[in-house]
Formats: sequence, C-alpha cells, structure tokens
Amino acid sequence: MAEANSNRLMIRIFGDHEVITPVNKLDKYVVKFVAPGDDPLTRAEAALAALSSEFSDWMTAECDRLDSARDAVKQHGFNERTFDELFHSAHDIKGDAATFGFPLAAAAAESLCRVLEHSPDTNRVPLELIDQHVDAVRAIVRETARPDIAEIATALTSKLRQVSDDFLIHENRHRPDYLEGLMAPPLVPGQ
Amino acid sequence: MSRIDFNRLRFVVVDDNAHMRRIVRTLLHGFGSREVIEAEDGASGLEAFIGHVPDIVITDWAMPIFDGIELTQMIRQPGNSANPFVPIIMLTGHSEKRRVVAARDAGVTEFLVKPLSARSLYERIVNVVVNPRPFVRTKTYFGPDRRRSLNPNYSGPERRRGGIADFIAQQAIFAPAKAD
Repeated sequence: MAEANSNRLMIRIFGDHEVITPVNKLDKYVVKFVAPGDDPLTRAEAALAALSSEFSDWMTAECDRLDSARDAVKQHGFNERTFDELFHSAHDIKGDAATFGFPLAAAAAESLCRVLEHSPDTNRVPLELIDQHVDAVRAIVRETARPDIAEIATALTSKLRQVSDDFLIHENRHRPDYLEGLMAPPLVPGQ
Repeated sequence: MSRIDFNRLRFVVVDDNAHMRRIVRTLLHGFGSREVIEAEDGASGLEAFIGHVPDIVITDWAMPIFDGIELTQMIRQPGNSANPFVPIIMLTGHSEKRRVVAARDAGVTEFLVKPLSARSLYERIVNVVVNPRPFVRTKTYFGPDRRRSLNPNYSGPERRRGGIADFIAQQAIFAPAKAD
C-alpha cells in the first residue's frame, strides 16, 4: 500500500468510512533548531504576569455583571434573555476566576451554573438560592485578602453545592438517567 | 517538547468575553505570534475564518448568535469551507463528559478546559501542529479521527466496518481543497 504524502491529500476508502490525510500545511512551522535562551513559554508567562495588575478590576467587572443579571431575573423573571445572561456571567466566572487570581470564586459560580443548567423548570429555582450564590461569589472576591479565606470559601461553597444538589435531585427525581449523568464525576481531575 | 515557529502562524480567537480574548491574545503574542484576529461571537468568528483563513482557530463554547459547537460544524463542511481541516481548539469552562463528547463529535481537534494557563495553551497548539490527526468521514461525521489509539481487539458496536477498498490521492470529493 502506498504511503501518505504530506504534499497531497490522501483518502483511504473503507466499507463505511473514509480516512483522509489532509495536506499538512503546518509542518513547515516545526522548528528544527532553537536559539539558546529562547523560551516562548517563559515569554508568555511574563506577558501574562504583566497583565495581571488588571485582573482585580476585571474580576470586579465580572461580579458586577453577575449582579446585574441576578437583578434582571428578579425584575423580569426567567426568560431566554435573562436566563442566558445569568448563566453566561456565572459560567464566565467559573472559567475565568482562577486565571484572574480568584480560584476560590469559581466553585460558587460553577454551583450556580449547575442549578440553572439542570433545573427542568427554571421558574422553580428559588430566588433565594440564586441570591446565595451571587452573594457568595461577590464575598469571596471581596474578602480574597483574608488569611482564612480558603477555609471560609470552601465551607461556603460546599454548603451551596450540597443545597443545590438536594434541589436538583428533587427536581430531577422523575429523570433517573439524567440524574445519574448529572451526579457523575467530571472528566477533569480536581473539578 | 517540540518547538514551533509561532511567528508565522495565524490565529482566529473567538470568545464573547473581552477579558478572556485579551488573555489569549497576550499569550499568543508572548509565544511569538503576530497575527491574532479576534471575534466576539460565532457569526463574526465564521466571518473572520472565511476572511483570514487562519492556521488555527481557538474558540469558546458558549457565545451569542451561534456557539462554538455550531461554529465548528460550519467550518467542518468539506466542499463548503475555506479549510475544513483547520485545527480547532475549544477553550471552555465546560468540563462535563457529555460536553467533551459533544465537542469531539462536532469535529473539535483539542478540548481545553479553563482555567487557562500559558503551558496548557502552548501544549495544545504544539500538539495540533506537530501531531496532526487524519480526518474521518462517515455518513454522520466529518472531523479529526476520534480514536486516539488503535485497539484491534475492540468488537463493540462502534467498530468501523469494511476492509480497505481503495487508496487514492485526489481532491475530487473536496472541491476547494488544494493539494499543493
């Protein structure tokens, strides 16, 4: 059998599928010789460190956005727009908080995402539960300099997660398969 | 770890969060990239992909208009895309198994769960350049080979069928592909 050539698109046809080896346009970017002392990873980490002075303001802005989204839900109830904004603002904090230097805030935001995403009827989500999550994120960010913040944040988010899971288990009690997937551990270690 | 010349790579970064776009751009510039095109939603991401024909796409999942999964599906259109084989790195806060599987089945090349670090992004980019995977086309899928390893003893329902029928070098079924 002929070998695939990186300069030509090659297709192997099987009974129910084709395997295609595309023209490799990126192999020319593989570096054969590296200049001593040139480390792109170190350069990028230094660039990120230089940017980090802005992270605190960014995190505050993300918290403000979450606050506004919560207020919109309280004012207008859940509709497509208010749901999306609340979910996305919580989801962004879940993903970005650690990068911004506030890793402890991510767990509370993640718990809120779970409540919103897995409630069969979001109108049944207690506003008090949303308040507790939003206020927890804000408090963890605000008190981040406290020496005992890790202990406080862990206790707070553990309780939030427990209350949220109890709510989700009850709301999804008629969907055992869904519930099983919901309670399965994530693929990413430590999450 | 292998090294690549970032200076010549063109990226399109699609994320509705301006802060995260700035972080990704900062990292890419730090790696040595000069061409980083940003887009704030799926629609403008597709426009940037068509207009700039990047070497690599980095996209968020949750975005307005259409999301990163839909963007991936639009890019993975053989015969109807500027480069259906472009590596797509999905950068997302979603870590659930069903999300990873959905991204894989849409044709995402690499899945990177936030929080983002310089090293994790660097490793994904180097991997798609140094270790490109072949593509598979079936009635229901077009994208990078979803099998990361071969198991000749696998006999489950998802085993691919049929021995090799032909081996050809051509571009007929992918009209816009240029075998340069």
